[in-house]
Amino acid sequence: MNAFIHHFTFEFRTGIRNKTSLLMNYLFPLGFYLMMGFVMAEINPPFREDIIPAMVVFGILSATLLGIPDPLVNARENGVFRSYKINGIPSISILSIPALTTVLHLVIVSVLITATAPLFFDAPLPVNWLNYAIIFVAMAFACAGLSVLIGVVSPSSRMTVLWSQLIFVPSMLLGGLMIPNKMLPDIAGKIAQLLPATQAMNAFNGLAMGEVADFSPWGSVIILFISGVLAFGLAIYLFSWDSRNTTRRGHPLLALLVILPYALGILLLS
Amino acid sequence: MSDPVIEIKDFRKTYADFVAVNCISFDVKQGEIFGLLGPNGAGKTSTLECLEGLRTPNGGSLRVAGIDPAKEPRKLRNLIGVQLQSAGLPESITPDEAMSFFCAYHDVAPRFDLLERLGLADKRNDQFYELSAGQQRRLVLALAVAHNPQVLFLDEPTAGLDVATRAELHGMMRELQTSGTTVILATHDMAEAEQMSDRVAILLQGRIVSIGTPMEITATGAGLTKISVRTQDGSLSVSDIPFSAVSQHTFKDDYNIYFSSDIGPTLSALITHIEAQGDMLIDLRVERPSLEDRFIEITKTGVPQ
Repeated sequence: MNAFIHHFTFEFRTGIRNKTSLLMNYLFPLGFYLMMGFVMAEINPPFREDIIPAMVVFGILSATLLGIPDPLVNARENGVFRSYKINGIPSISILSIPALTTVLHLVIVSVLITATAPLFFDAPLPVNWLNYAIIFVAMAFACAGLSVLIGVVSPSSRMTVLWSQLIFVPSMLLGGLMIPNKMLPDIAGKIAQLLPATQAMNAFNGLAMGEVADFSPWGSVIILFISGVLAFGLAIYLFSWDSRNTTRRGHPLLALLVILPYALGILLLS
Repeated sequence: MSDPVIEIKDFRKTYADFVAVNCISFDVKQGEIFGLLGPNGAGKTSTLECLEGLRTPNGGSLRVAGIDPAKEPRKLRNLIGVQLQSAGLPESITPDEAMSFFCAYHDVAPRFDLLERLGLADKRNDQFYELSAGQQRRLVLALAVAHNPQVLFLDEPTAGLDVATRAELHGMMRELQTSGTTVILATHDMAEAEQMSDRVAILLQGRIVSIGTPMEITATGAGLTKISVRTQDGSLSVSDIPFSAVSQHTFKDDYNIYFSSDIGPTLSALITHIEAQGDMLIDLRVERPSLEDRFIEITKTGVPQ
């Protein structure tokens, strides 16, 4: 437990001390939130209804997908994991602690957004706080798992950026943050359901914000939790201490299994 | 020094078709400082990494403190300390955090005194990337010894260190040796290996080509002993007597320099000659071939077939 606390404390401090982590955890989400609040809410007033869930989801995407994978890849490639292995630091701590500390940073950012949006932008507060918290945890868990998995399977920083952007950019465009899912063409709407952001926005709308969900909101929560479990499980299974000297237990493409819950969701949720 | 703490028997490590280490065997006793020498690609790092449990051997058996590193790596963690060649610490960690963090995983109290001893007292709250290369190596060394390991693996420990820190490290190695710690020292610095090691093994193309004390290894070579002599009247300078076993004679800075294959007869003949000429000996220096000379000789000769 003592070891866990020291590890957690160090990782949490890194999230503020490291300039890139600070940018992804705080500056980018909060800066974007302020920009969208001041600009988008003026151009498109109905955006006020969604600003809290949309900016919380954006914060989660930024801190996890853009913040978690690269440090993992760098640590592995620079021999940090080898050093950890020699000193008996388990792989589960290496993968879970950065995810947990990121979630803690996200809690801070989300509280700031939720507390200030009604004051600054006249945004409505959630009507069901428990569901709001559950959806936040589910989305953070799913995205943290996905990010850790990307960090584990990516051979280099370049590939990390590619994989992360492959989820981040479509999430921004199709995930319901800017344009509601129901306004998308049918096919685009279905493809959007492969994204955690779409599931989270659907769940927030249906269960926490007092709006109407486009498809089963509890189904979305379940998909997020299952994909999170699957992503962490795959990350632990595919983890390698050192890309040059140790062989993985499975092919990195196995990581694509993480899409499965979302794909099943398209077929099963209505 | 008594029981073997490291036992290596017919150890083999391959990477696809490349044989990095080819059936080597040796023991290292408790409290011994054992030097592992060899040119790049000789198999030193592969050997070390298999002993540390970072890689799995392809053949033979390895035991470190009675434990098979490949089968029981977790048991090994508190018994060994490792200073890797690469830094291997997160960029943003501070020396204080690193000490607390690693000691917590070894379940021992943090040894902040080691940071002070290794000259990191005023750097304890700096981030790892802000430290100089030498400071980074010192921190990694402090972490490697903080949990009092039975076996300490040092890979190029003094690379990039200044003279004072290097002396401090050597002093620390001697202290650890006195307390019974076995030290495996992989280095390219022959002077360091010769000075610090009780025994050394020279690896070449994955095989041990020479093993023994530095004295034993240097004695087996074909190297010549250098004898530098200075006399009051310079009687040797005008002499062209072929002294016994001398194969080469030069003159530099008032010194006559002889290269001898058999030091006893040469010295005897030189002193007899000086006395016979009524001259007086001012300075006499004998330099046997160094480990570096022997290492170069071995690596030039190659692996015996």
